Amino acid sequence: MALPEVERVQTAQADRATGVEPTIAVRGLWKIFGPAEAKIAGSPLLELSNAEFRLQTGSTIAVRDVSFDVRPGEVFVVMGLSGSGKSTLVRCLTRLIEPSLGQVLLDGEDIRAADAERLRELRRRRFSMVFQNFGLLPHRRVIDNVAFGLEIRGDAREPRLARAREMCELVGLAAFMDSYPDQLSGGQQQRVGLARALAGDPEVMFFDEPFSALDPLIRRDMQNEVIRLHHEVGKTMVFITHDLAEALKLGDHIVIMRDGRIVQAGSPEEVVGAPADDYVADFVQDVAKANILTLRWIMRPARPDDALDGPEFPPTTIIRDAVHVAAQTEKPIRVVDGGATLGLVDRRQILGSIAERGARG
Amino acid sequence: MAASATSAVRAAPTISRRTLVTLLCLSVVVLFVVFRGQGTLPRDEGAASFQFFNGVRDWVSDNRLTNPFLVVFAGATRAIIAALVDTSIVIAHGIGWPGAVLLAGAAGLAAGGRRLALLGVTGFLSLGVLGLWSESMDTIGLTFAAVVSSLLIGVPLGIAAGRSDRVRQVISPVLDLMQIMPSFAYLAPMTLLFLIGAPSATIATLIYAMPAAIRITALGIRGVSATTVEAAVSLGSTSRQTLFKVQLPLARKMLALAVNQTIMLALGMAVVTALIDGPGLGKTIIKALTHNDVGSAVDAGLAIVIIAIVLDRLTEHAANRVDARPNASDSARAVNRRVARVLLVAGLAASLVSLFVVALTEFPTEIGFSFAGPVNEIVGWVRINLYFLTNPVKDAFSYGVINPLEAILTSAPWLLIVGTFAGLGVLVGGWRTGAIVSVCLVGIAGLGLWEDGMVTLTASLVGVALTLLIGVLIGIAAARSERTSAILRPLLDTAQTMPSFVYLIPALALFSPTRFTAILAAVIYAVPPVIRLVEAGIRSVPLAAIEAGVSSGASPRQLLWKVQLPMARRSLLLAANQGIVMVLAMVVVGGLVGAGALGYDVVAGFSQYEDFGKGLSAGIAIVLLGVMLDRITQGAGERSSAGSARAG
Ligand SMILES: Nc1ncnc2c1ncn2[C@@H]1O[C@H](COP(=O)(O)OP(=O)(O)OP(=O)(O)O)[C@@H](O)[C@H]1O
Ligand SMILES: [Mg+2]
Repeated sequence: MALPEVERVQTAQADRATGVEPTIAVRGLWKIFGPAEAKIAGSPLLELSNAEFRLQTGSTIAVRDVSFDVRPGEVFVVMGLSGSGKSTLVRCLTRLIEPSLGQVLLDGEDIRAADAERLRELRRRRFSMVFQNFGLLPHRRVIDNVAFGLEIRGDAREPRLARAREMCELVGLAAFMDSYPDQLSGGQQQRVGLARALAGDPEVMFFDEPFSALDPLIRRDMQNEVIRLHHEVGKTMVFITHDLAEALKLGDHIVIMRDGRIVQAGSPEEVVGAPADDYVADFVQDVAKANILTLRWIMRPARPDDALDGPEFPPTTIIRDAVHVAAQTEKPIRVVDGGATLGLVDRRQILGSIAERGARG
Repeated sequence: MAASATSAVRAAPTISRRTLVTLLCLSVVVLFVVFRGQGTLPRDEGAASFQFFNGVRDWVSDNRLTNPFLVVFAGATRAIIAALVDTSIVIAHGIGWPGAVLLAGAAGLAAGGRRLALLGVTGFLSLGVLGLWSESMDTIGLTFAAVVSSLLIGVPLGIAAGRSDRVRQVISPVLDLMQIMPSFAYLAPMTLLFLIGAPSATIATLIYAMPAAIRITALGIRGVSATTVEAAVSLGSTSRQTLFKVQLPLARKMLALAVNQTIMLALGMAVVTALIDGPGLGKTIIKALTHNDVGSAVDAGLAIVIIAIVLDRLTEHAANRVDARPNASDSARAVNRRVARVLLVAGLAASLVSLFVVALTEFPTEIGFSFAGPVNEIVGWVRINLYFLTNPVKDAFSYGVINPLEAILTSAPWLLIVGTFAGLGVLVGGWRTGAIVSVCLVGIAGLGLWEDGMVTLTASLVGVALTLLIGVLIGIAAARSERTSAILRPLLDTAQTMPSFVYLIPALALFSPTRFTAILAAVIYAVPPVIRLVEAGIRSVPLAAIEAGVSSGASPRQLLWKVQLPMARRSLLLAANQGIVMVLAMVVVGGLVGAGALGYDVVAGFSQYEDFGKGLSAGIAIVLLGVMLDRITQGAGERSSAGSARAG
C-alpha cells in the first residue's frame, strides 16, 4: 500500500533540512473579515486578542500572521478545531478569499500580484480544490462534471471527455460516468470531486475537509484513495482536516491552528511526541503513540550496567514495529545510527507506550 | 461601558412600556373626547393638490409633441409598446379558434400529459362557448405582450440583484414599495404619461408584474449552492461562465416559477387596466359591475378564471418538467410527445388557414351558453328572498362596526390621529417606523384627501380584522388536521390563481353595492394566503419543541397556545402583513361596487376630466396608506424576531 511510514518521514525531514525550493511559500498572511480590513495594515489593533479586536472593531481575525512552506510532492496537513481559520487560510492561498496582508508565493510567483486573467490561468492549470460539500453540478452527468474544468478552460470536446473518462477510471467510477450526482452515494460523489480536481493535471491540490461529511468507513476508504493517488500522480497536496487521525495518517508535515494562528508545525511524530502547548496536548492525548512515535522519542542514555548486546534498530523505527522483537528478549534494544549507539530502549518502555492512550505527554 | 449602555437601553422599555402604553391610550381617549369634531379636515373639492395635478395634466397634453422628454421617453416608449401589444393581440386573434384550441392541446400534452391537454382544450373551447372569444383573445394578447417585456427587463435585473449585493441593496426598497402598491395606484400616472388605451394598459401591467420576476430570479440565483459556485471559480471559470454554466442552469426551476408568477400577476392586472381603456375581459366585467349586472360579470369572471387556471397549470407543469431527466424507457411519454407534435402541426395549419378564412377567427355564435340570464335570476331571488338574512348581517356590520369606527376616525382631530398612529409605530417598530407613519398620514392630509383616506382606512381595518379572524381560525384547523388541510389545498390553489376583480362578483351577488360588499370581497380575496401562512407557520414549529411540550404533559390546547402559536409568531405577523396589503388593494378596487372613498376617486379620475387631479392624488394617498400599514406590521415582525434572537 503506502510507503512505510519511516521512509515518508525521512524524506520530508530531509527536504525541510536541505532547503529545496518550496512549492508554496506563505509569509505573514492575515485575513480579517469586516469593516476593519481596509485600514488595518500596520495598525496597533493587530496586537489585540481576537475577542478584544472583535469588540473594538466589529471585525473578525480569521487568519493571523501565518507563515509556512509547502515542499514539492508532500502532503501538507492543516489541522484545527472548528472556527480556527483553516478554510479561510486555504482559500486565501488561491484567492477564493482575498488575503488582507501578507505574501503567497507559488513557485516564487506572488499570487497576490496576479491580475484576474493570470489568476484564472493559475486556477485552470496549476491548482485545484476538493470541497467538503462536493460542489458538484446536479444537472450534469458525472463525466461532464469531471470534464467541467477542462470545458471552461476551452479544451476541445473529444480530448476533454477522453481525459475525464481516464480520471473516472482512476478514481473507480468507470461504471457511473453517465449517472447524475444525486444518484451516487456521498463517497462516490466525493470521488467525482477528486476526479474533477485531478482532471486539469494541477501541480497543487487543496482539500478542505473533503471527507468530514462521510461516515467513518467510507472516510477510511477515501483516505486510502488519497494516499494511493498521491503515490500514483505525485501531486503536492494541502489537506485541511479537524480529525487528528486523518492528519497523522496522511500528513508528511502538520501545522496546527488555533484562533487563526499556527500553534505548532512539525512532522506527525513531533506533534504527538512533543505537543507545543495544552491545546495540542489535548488533541493528541487519545492517540496510540506506539503507532506514530519512533524509538528516538523514548530512548534513554546507556548506563554502565546495561547489556549492550540486545537487538539493534535505527532511530526512525516506529515503536510498534519493534514490539515483536522486544517481546522476545530481556535485553534493552539498542538504537543505532551509522554504527553509533544513540541510546537504549527497555522492553517495559515499549510495552508501556503501547498501553498508553489516555495519559498526557 | 458599551455593554452596560445597551443593557440599560434594553431594560428601560420593559419597565416602562406597559405604563407608557396605558398613558398613551388614556391621553388619546381624553383628547378625543375633549376635541371631538374640532381640527378635522372635511372634503375639499378644490384642494391644491388636485389643481396642481390638473395643471400638470394640462401641461403634459399641451407639450406632448414638443417637450423633448415627453417625445423621447413617453412617446417612444408608448410607440414601442404599442407595436408590441398590437402585434400580440393581432396574432392572438389571427390564430383563430380551431388553431388556438389545437395549440392548447399540444402545449398541454407536451407539458403535462393527457389531463392537462384536456384542460387546455376544454378551457379554450369554453371561452368561445361563453361568447367571449374576442375579449379573451384581447386579454391574452395584452397579457402576453406585458409578460414578455416584463421578463425581458425583470430577469436581467434579477440576475444582477442575485449576483451583486450592491445592486440588491439599491433595488430592494423599490421592489418593497412596488409590491405593496395596490394595482389601482399604477393607473393614473400611466395615463398622464402614456394616455389611455392598450399601450398604457400594457405598461401598467408590465410594471405591476415585474417585481415578482426580479425577486424570484434573484432568489433563484442566490439559492445556488455557494460551494458549487466556489468550485466553478476555483476551476478558473469566468464570471460569464459561472453565470451561464452554473447559476442559470441551477436556478432554472426558479426561473420557470418567475415566468409563472409574472403571467399570473399580469393577467390579474390586465383585467384591472380596463379602467384605463385596456382591451379585453376587464371591460366586460367593469361594464357589468357598474350596471349591477351580476350575470354578465359571472360569464366574464369565469372566462378570466379559466384563462388563469389553464395558463397557471401549463406553466407550472412546464416548470416541473424542467428538471425531469431524459428517460428513454417511458413509452407513454413518447406517445404523448408524438401526439403533441401532430396537434402542433394541425394547430399551425389551422392558424394558417384562418389567415384567409376570417370566419375562423370568430367563434361560431350558434354554439353558445351564457350564465347571465340564470345567474341574474338567482341573484334577484337571493336579494329578495334572502334579504331577511343578508340585510341584518350587513346592517349589523354597517351600524355596529363600520359606522362607529368611521365616525371616530373622521371626527377626531386629524393631528390626534397622526399622533396616535405614529405612537403605535414607535411602539411596535421604533422611531423610524413612527416617523414613516406620520409622514404618510401628513401626506394624505396634505393631498386634501383626509376624510376619504379615513373612510378607506376604516374599511381596511375592518376587513383586516375579519380576514385575520377567519384566516387564523381556518389556518389553525388546517395545521391540526390533515384532512382539513387536504380539503383546503385545492381550494386555496384555485383561489390564489384568481385575479382580484373576480372576487367582487360573489360579494356583489349577495349584497348590492355598498361598503360592506367591498369589505366582504376584500376578505374573501385576502383569506387564502393568510390561511396558508398560518398553517405553514404552525406546521414548521420544530418537532422537538412539540415533543418537549407533550412530554411535560401539555394538552393539545395548551400545546397550541403555549408552544405552537408563540413559536409561529413570525409567520402570524407575516400573515397579518400580507392580509393588510391585500385587503387594502381590494378595498380600493371595491370603489367600483360602492365602497366609495379613495377607490372611487381613482376611478372617477379616469372618467371625469376635471377630476383627474383628484384621482391621481387618491392614487398617491392609497400608496401612503399602504406604506403606513405595511410599516406597522413589518415593524412588529422585526421586533419579534429581534426579541427571539435575544432570547435564543
Ligand atoms: N465570510 C465571512 N465573513 C465573516 N466572518 C467569517 C467569514 N468566513 C469565516 N469567518 C469567520 O472566520 C473564522 C474562521 O472561519 P473558518 O471557516 O476559516 O474556520 P474553519 O477552521 O474552517 O472551521 P470549520 O472546521 O468549522 O470549517 C470564524 O470565526 C468565522 O466565523
Ligand atoms: Mg472549514
